[in-house]
Amino acid sequence: MPVIDLANPTRFLRIVARVLPWLIAATALAFAFGLARAVTAPDDYQQGATVKIMFLHVPAAWLGMMGWGLMSLAALGTLVWRHPLADVAGKAAAPIGAAFTLICLITGSLWGRPTWGAYWVWDARLTSELVLFLLYLGVLALYWTAEDPGRGARAAAVLTLVGAVNLPIIKFSVDWWNSLHQGESIFRTGGSTIDASILWPLAIMALAFTLLFFTLHLAAMRNEILRRRVRTMQIMQAQEQPA
Amino acid sequence: MNLGPHADFILAAYAATAFIVAALIAWIALDYSAQRRLLGDLEERGMRRRSHRRDGA
Repeated sequence: MPVIDLANPTRFLRIVARVLPWLIAATALAFAFGLARAVTAPDDYQQGATVKIMFLHVPAAWLGMMGWGLMSLAALGTLVWRHPLADVAGKAAAPIGAAFTLICLITGSLWGRPTWGAYWVWDARLTSELVLFLLYLGVLALYWTAEDPGRGARAAAVLTLVGAVNLPIIKFSVDWWNSLHQGESIFRTGGSTIDASILWPLAIMALAFTLLFFTLHLAAMRNEILRRRVRTMQIMQAQEQPA
Repeated sequence: MNLGPHADFILAAYAATAFIVAALIAWIALDYSAQRRLLGDLEERGMRRRSHRRDGA
């Protein structure tokens, strides 16, 4: 099937109905396996058992950023190509990305207190992550409060593209500035500095969270398409009623 | 399983994550039910989308 066929919302809904049960099953399986490995993973030689917070914190941080990256692609689709599902994809991803960023901030704070002695410091990595969360709230406000959904979508797309500047700042903040936050320890030249006994549970949890993200995103896109159908039919109903 | 002296922080992190994910899932599931119900009500009142009207459906 050509990719362009996905632009048809009715066909997209049929595909979602077929794919979603499999994605839900795969997500549940990945979480069961990942959590079992996370629980039995050994303690870190320096941080002790608090390293178990990493299995939540790191995937949530990745997905918070990936969500914004996905929204940026959708914003291009909305503004440049006017793809019918681009705005739907962007709007559906925003609350999910915001939730993952919030998880990252909360778990990071709970990890920071025993490790650094503080729940929060105005460090470049932490601050840029907080900015990402505030940007998510801004986009959600534009989507949810605009009277004309089309204008709201275009404004949200512009803010999304402007906010994409923050993604490399988050990623490289630990290299560009002196940071309390630890440097890159997974995707680095020379290989990961994390022992395989901790790296594998992290990889499985990252897969589980990624599957969860896409499961929720597809479900939220389906909701958004239905919401637009309801809105169109309500407008038609109002037009048909005698004055 | 011994979580050591910082068990409260570890358990709080897992509880907060579980709560946020559960809230997100519930919100999306409830939204789906609400949209399906609204669509059903409109269709019961004889409303059809334009594309369906063109097809004569």
